[in-house]
Amino acid sequence: MATPNDVLNADYERQGFLSSLKPFDWVWMVACVVGYLGVLSVYGPAMDRYEHAILVGTVISLMWLGWYWKPIRVYGLAVAASTTLALFIYPDMAAGEERFLLKYLLSSQSATMWMCALFIGATVAYFAALLSRSAFVGKTAAGMTWCAAAFGLIGLLVRWHESYLLWPGHGYIPVANLYEVFIQFAVVTALLYLYYEERYRTRALGGFVMLVISSAVIFLLWYHFDRQAHEIEPLIPALQSWWMKLHVPTNFVAYGAFAVAAMVAVAYLFKLNNPEGNILGRLPSFEQMDDVMYKTIALGFAFFTLATILGALWAAEAWGGYWSWDPKETWALIVWLNYAAWLHLRFTKGWRGAPMAWWAIIGLFVTLFAFLGVNLFLSGLHSYGAL
Amino acid sequence: MSSESKRVSKSRKSKSTGAILLEFLGSMNLAITLLVAVAIASIIGTVVQQGQPYNDYLLKFGPFWFEVFERLSLYDVYSAGWFLVILTFLVISTSVCLYRHTPVMWKEMTRFREQTREASLRVLRHKGEWSAADAKVAEAIVQSALSGNGYRFRRKGDDKTVVYGAMKGRWNRGGYIFTHLAIVVICVGGLIDGNLPLQWRAMTGSLEVETRAVRVSQIPPQSWLPDTNPSFRGSVTIPEGKRAGVVFLPLREGVVVQQLPFVIEVEQFRVEHYETGQPKSFESDLVIHDPELDEPLRQTIAVNHPLIHQGFAIYQSSFGDGGSELQLRAWPLRGGPDEKPQEFEGEVFQSQSLEIAGETRTLELEDFEVFNVRPDVVESGRRFRNVGPSVIYRLRLPTGEALQYENFMLPIQQDDRWYFLSGVRSAIAEEFQYLHIPADPNYRLDRFMNFLEALRDPQTVEQAALRTSEELLQSLAVADPELAPAVAHTATDMVRRLLEGGFGAVEQHVTERLQADAVEPARREVMQEFSRTVLQRTLARIYQDVVTEEAGEVSPISLDEWDQQFYVDALAAISALPEYGAPMFLEVTGFNHIQATGLQITRAPGQNVVYFGSALLMIGVFLMFYVPYRRVWTLVKRNDDGSAQVLLAGTAKRDPLGFEKDFARLKLELTQRLAKGSETANNTAGTRNGDT
Ligand code: HEM
Repeated sequence: MATPNDVLNADYERQGFLSSLKPFDWVWMVACVVGYLGVLSVYGPAMDRYEHAILVGTVISLMWLGWYWKPIRVYGLAVAASTTLALFIYPDMAAGEERFLLKYLLSSQSATMWMCALFIGATVAYFAALLSRSAFVGKTAAGMTWCAAAFGLIGLLVRWHESYLLWPGHGYIPVANLYEVFIQFAVVTALLYLYYEERYRTRALGGFVMLVISSAVIFLLWYHFDRQAHEIEPLIPALQSWWMKLHVPTNFVAYGAFAVAAMVAVAYLFKLNNPEGNILGRLPSFEQMDDVMYKTIALGFAFFTLATILGALWAAEAWGGYWSWDPKETWALIVWLNYAAWLHLRFTKGWRGAPMAWWAIIGLFVTLFAFLGVNLFLSGLHSYGAL
Repeated sequence: MSSESKRVSKSRKSKSTGAILLEFLGSMNLAITLLVAVAIASIIGTVVQQGQPYNDYLLKFGPFWFEVFERLSLYDVYSAGWFLVILTFLVISTSVCLYRHTPVMWKEMTRFREQTREASLRVLRHKGEWSAADAKVAEAIVQSALSGNGYRFRRKGDDKTVVYGAMKGRWNRGGYIFTHLAIVVICVGGLIDGNLPLQWRAMTGSLEVETRAVRVSQIPPQSWLPDTNPSFRGSVTIPEGKRAGVVFLPLREGVVVQQLPFVIEVEQFRVEHYETGQPKSFESDLVIHDPELDEPLRQTIAVNHPLIHQGFAIYQSSFGDGGSELQLRAWPLRGGPDEKPQEFEGEVFQSQSLEIAGETRTLELEDFEVFNVRPDVVESGRRFRNVGPSVIYRLRLPTGEALQYENFMLPIQQDDRWYFLSGVRSAIAEEFQYLHIPADPNYRLDRFMNFLEALRDPQTVEQAALRTSEELLQSLAVADPELAPAVAHTATDMVRRLLEGGFGAVEQHVTERLQADAVEPARREVMQEFSRTVLQRTLARIYQDVVTEEAGEVSPISLDEWDQQFYVDALAAISALPEYGAPMFLEVTGFNHIQATGLQITRAPGQNVVYFGSALLMIGVFLMFYVPYRRVWTLVKRNDDGSAQVLLAGTAKRDPLGFEKDFARLKLELTQRLAKGSETANNTAGTRNGDT
């Protein structure tokens, strides 16, 4: 007679972690390790132990990310390959002007310009896809967004290299001024959006999210051409800290997530006010959009919490106090409290729908003020990012 | 949240005052209100700049609003009583919330709720139902499927009905506890490091806030804190080569003095610059003289690299002048030709009395900087440029009024030409208005000052004016010998007015005079033009003479384009002099730069508490968001023939979409396995039958 044990042993095919890995997963992991060793052999001697720790953490996160979200692997490999190529043919600043590939494609300025152009194009394409219902146009839009995000990241990485070419010994990771973090913002927001695009199998939200990215791009272009912000200047002493490498990118993941939430909220409200609309009807269901809003705000909140804590640790080291009620810090607190209130109302009062969508949009404005307005209108210790 | 509503309804039954109070304090509405209140208060604190000198506020808001805002403590919001009350309520509210919810959360973490009845499972939103041939096998499959999907479960039942209460992600509920405990912990840590005790002592009068700008030695003992004070955050500025054993803690509109158990000596302070002129690093070489140490401790601190000594952390936070010694030259801008430049020495932060052009001024040297980096747009893009040393000073009238000046030691290039810049303003809140004195070919002030000196000499002017008038009248073919001295006289008068009031005043005077002389309007224009010409030519002649003399020539030399432009610039500067408001121009001719390092010194025992709370917060937030909390129940009902009905049910309000997927996976597995299981059971049953 069959005992319960027999049944248990009649192995139900539940995949273990290792057996779930496909060849490409292995390729990715090997690539991560090779990349790690490559960086180590070239830059290792110049790195201190914090930087080693950050590098290891980054590689592990990348491996996990590639396993969790498959398409990011192709992106990662493309960015890594292009960047390696760029660094290889870029021994001094003059090469940036002389070599065709650098001048027109891979130097940080060209790459950033490509990013800008592609993002604007993607915005148009996403809306065209929404209107025309053409799957092909939608695919093109997504492709352009991927490429734009790739160019943005390549631009940043190459800029990192350029900073060392310009200021031997004093280069820095390009997350130190408004220009650089705007590129980062555009890239992170695009990637987050692409993730949800894939998870929810809809491209209808693309145009909406791209609007906020396009705004960032327009600001970036103005900042570039009007203010020459693309120039690489060496770092002032307060920014010479490895905390910066953690604090700033973490913050911008949060900002990107809040931005996606707000733009989904915009789509949500459009659909709500025009439920019969043919075009808007193609947006995801209210439930799905609500879910994306929550997921992104939760992600943003988690990263923002982490970023604020990292900021406090840094402040403790740089200014002698983990909290000084400096306007930037205070606004970070305001942003944080705002989203904490949002999350509470959703979970304890069960609020959903239009009010939460409006709130998510207002939240983006509060966030925007925290990261731009404070620099423009209020003075304080955080005045590095001044326009 | 169902658990909350349950709690609420429970407490509604017993309506003692304490319970009502507790309910109020732990209510979500209060919590949200407090969150919003803290946010709004924080906004106010960033809109009204905090901790500025009271005089600035007075100027900005006017006496009435200044008073109102002061009453509301808007100049120091974050230590204001009302703000602390809000924060305290937030802590209380969170604590109460924690107190009320922790037991619920604990239950949710530990109870499997296997006591459920079939009827309550049937109303749940997500369900699946199967029949299985063998109840035992079915149970085994259920168990394996549940644990295979990450669920932990409890089994409860009798011969007939078995319920599996299953859950996963129970640490999600722990996340709630961690997050909210973290808020309390962080606030408590912050409170330990805050200046609440100081505020309290200042309020009750056992500590006096020093509001005067006096030397440490003159601060009375009531404003001192002993070195046993466990927590403080203050700053001190120490000139190179000097020592300090105290720090100053800002409190209300003044400071109190904190005694340190050691003495800090500053050997040297260094600023390094990039080629662009931007600062690259700030460093101080410190020596700590501590009786506890056998030998003085030497260490260099820099921004981002503090020194921690016995729980005291010493940070490089700022720098400034430490009393630089300056060689100065005061060029007279008014008075007759006998007024000559005066050379003297000064020291930053000191003041001295000056007698110049018959006027008395107190010169208060306020600051000196060697490097001044200015953004600069050149062809290659945005660059920074060091424009050299500058001095900031005030000139105070005997009446007490003062103007503030900023002078640059070296000329500064603007559009291919070089100028000595001197800014003036009457209040800190204003921008400096700059006087541009053109630099001569040797990059010095001499030509301008010679020109000005010549203009200040009535005789020189008179002579030049006379020659000019004669020439002019000749060229106009006016042959009246009486006329030239008269014209020259007016010209001299105009130059005097130019020095006293600028070109505007001259124009005005001429207009008025023509009106007074009742010149008919048609001729006025001509006369006015004539006056202008006389004045211009006189000035030009004087300038020509100055340039000629400068070149060491006797006969007038010709002026090139550069000289012409200098002349135009010089006249613009001269015309602006009356507004400049000073009888002198201060030139820095030499300096001995003495720097001071600005140290921030803290003792923050709450810091580790805050860090601990932050770690809790991070863990809690992660658990709440990324460890989904899920419950399902499986009911296995045994039929009399040994077969079974299996019911799977679950619900999730928090993460419906995620749960749906998860549930579908579980359901699919049960469908496949129970079918297979039945098959196996059938098969084995068949064999058995065959055997018999
Ligand atoms: C500064 C103060 C507070 C912060 C930052 C905070 C933060 C949070 C966060 C991040 C969540 C998670 C929401 C989610 O799961 O998506 C949460 C949930 C919650 N908070 Fe707070 N909270 C605070 C104060 C309070 C107070 C005072 C109460 C009491 C009324 C409270 C009650 C709750 C409850 C009941 C939940 C839902 C827990 C659940 O069932 O999942 N919180 N809080």
